[in-house]
Amino acid sequence: MRLKPKSALPGFHLALGYTLIYLSLIVLIPLAGVFLKTAELGWQEIIDILRSERVLSALSLSFGTALIAAALNAFFGTLVAWVFVRYDFPGKRLFDAMIDLPFALPTAVAGIALTALYAGNGWVGQWLEPLGIKIAFTPVGIIIALLFIGLPFVVRTVEPVMRDLEKELEEAAASLGASRWQTIRLVLLPSLLPSLLTGFALAFARGVGEYGSVIFIAGNLPYVSEIAPLLIVIRLEEFDYAGATTVAAAMLVLAFVMLLVINGLQAWSNRHKVRHQALAQPIQAGGAL
Amino acid sequence: MNITLKNINKQFGQFHALSSIDLHVESGELIALLGPSGSGKTTLLRIIAGLEFANGGAVYFGGEDVAATPLRKRQIGFVFQHYALFKHMTVRDNVSFGLRIRKGDARPSKSDIRQRADELLELVQLSGLGDRYPHQLSGGQRQRVALARALAIEPKVLLLDEPFGALDAKVRKELRHWLRELHQKTGVTTLFVTHDQEEALELADRVVIMSGGKIAQIGSVDEVYEQPASPMVFDFLGSTNRIPVERHGNHLVIGTDKIAIYEGDHTGHGTVYVRPGDLRVASPDDVGLDAIVRNVQRTGPIVRATVAINSTGQLVYVEMPHLHHDVQHLLPQQSLRLRLMQYSVYDAENTPDGEDAPEPVLIGRERLRLA
Repeated sequence: MRLKPKSALPGFHLALGYTLIYLSLIVLIPLAGVFLKTAELGWQEIIDILRSERVLSALSLSFGTALIAAALNAFFGTLVAWVFVRYDFPGKRLFDAMIDLPFALPTAVAGIALTALYAGNGWVGQWLEPLGIKIAFTPVGIIIALLFIGLPFVVRTVEPVMRDLEKELEEAAASLGASRWQTIRLVLLPSLLPSLLTGFALAFARGVGEYGSVIFIAGNLPYVSEIAPLLIVIRLEEFDYAGATTVAAAMLVLAFVMLLVINGLQAWSNRHKVRHQALAQPIQAGGAL
Repeated sequence: MNITLKNINKQFGQFHALSSIDLHVESGELIALLGPSGSGKTTLLRIIAGLEFANGGAVYFGGEDVAATPLRKRQIGFVFQHYALFKHMTVRDNVSFGLRIRKGDARPSKSDIRQRADELLELVQLSGLGDRYPHQLSGGQRQRVALARALAIEPKVLLLDEPFGALDAKVRKELRHWLRELHQKTGVTTLFVTHDQEEALELADRVVIMSGGKIAQIGSVDEVYEQPASPMVFDFLGSTNRIPVERHGNHLVIGTDKIAIYEGDHTGHGTVYVRPGDLRVASPDDVGLDAIVRNVQRTGPIVRATVAINSTGQLVYVEMPHLHHDVQHLLPQQSLRLRLMQYSVYDAENTPDGEDAPEPVLIGRERLRLA
């Protein structure tokens, strides 16, 4: 079997070999280790661990908050990208640089800063608490931390695609009688959807695994605000390695399934893109124009 | 729907993109806005569409000032150079977009929309491609989809911005003929922008030639080609030989040759503008210039020659149909007498380069018809 058509540009075998070895060492082998360690337990024990209330609530908290935060980021991140692409305002470059800060900042710093802000006696928290709104040490606090962490993923994936959108598309839609809202909904959003889904997936994946910033603001109450990664650490500290890897394996499978679904959505939203087959057989109808 | 522009002005910062443009377009006319890049022709088209706003002046559609009418309510069909098709929609959905977004009673039923889209696709000769995506079409096909999409809303005015600019030469020619036919069928008032003089002359009823944000000339194809209002128009509508002359009474002197005669009594310098195609080989006793052929190029139907005027050494270009009986004289080193069949004379020695320099004044035109 040939893996690829004959090409004038060499390097395929070398590149593929290198990629496979690299992926194995860095990704596949460590992940396989998680499953091997988990397999030391019998099926019954694994199911018992996964069905325990503390594990279930930690998993649903982690995935739930990550989903909500990624969804909010998808919306607001797109808005931020829009403003950066379409408008000029004083300090734009400074704001533009600040978007990337969550990438660079140690997440614990973000966690401490957010906690100080949103705690009952913090700058923001002291105004919210009399209204009965508690943010720090609740799942809402976790979502706030994940919003902070995930924002640049959406902005930076949507921005370049948005920049490439021709202004003429909007002009064409308007000349055909479309309102501004119809233009956004029917013309702009569908064009942005693939990149928006990528940004969403990245923000979500990052949110599920986030540890540093969350543990400061979450309060870490079992059953209420204890995230799955923290539970894994707790199990490790109890020398319950198999228990820890069981939770880890569950997260791995869940995350993988969700990314697979998002990938499927992306393929669907990209369905209009040219496939190589379509290119290979140009369509000729109504003359050779 | 007729269109009237009154005293349109447009500035981008310090740059005057358009100054004092007046134009009247009759209902059903096909008008070309022709000019070099930066002449303001696209800006003018966009102002008519409502995509751009003038700093002064007014646009009237059928006598009605449309200043307060936004783009989406002007009922214009706009076609862009790079098609601007919605890539995530099928061809049929692109074409029917303008109908599908209508609200309430204005919106036709689903089956009517589909039928209308298919009719339009037939009109632009793309039946059967309704389910394709734009990426699966060639450039010419895409531009026809864009046109069908614009026609779907039954526009009062069709505006095309360099519609064939992104297509290759052969497709461009075919689409020109086809657009001309389509215009005859639909009768929609149409303005198109182009920098290609051949396209403008071939397609339009009237041509508006623009230069430096002003209208240099408006006229029928014959008018602008045969009686260009200025050296700029003369130059822009095709290749040009510029021959410096001395004006003596009622004839012109080039080196030692005297050429034709026109009314009046003149002195001073001047420049003769003559197109390569308006030069012919004459018999030695005819009025004309003595010249020697330097080289000859055969480019399909046209034979081009470079000849040097004996008395001044200036090189001029001659073009002839390849079957013309004079072609036999076009051999390198051959001496011949050149006759200027049609030309214009301007008073300055050359076209001024600076924008504010005064336009040369037309002294006269000659047009000789062979018996």
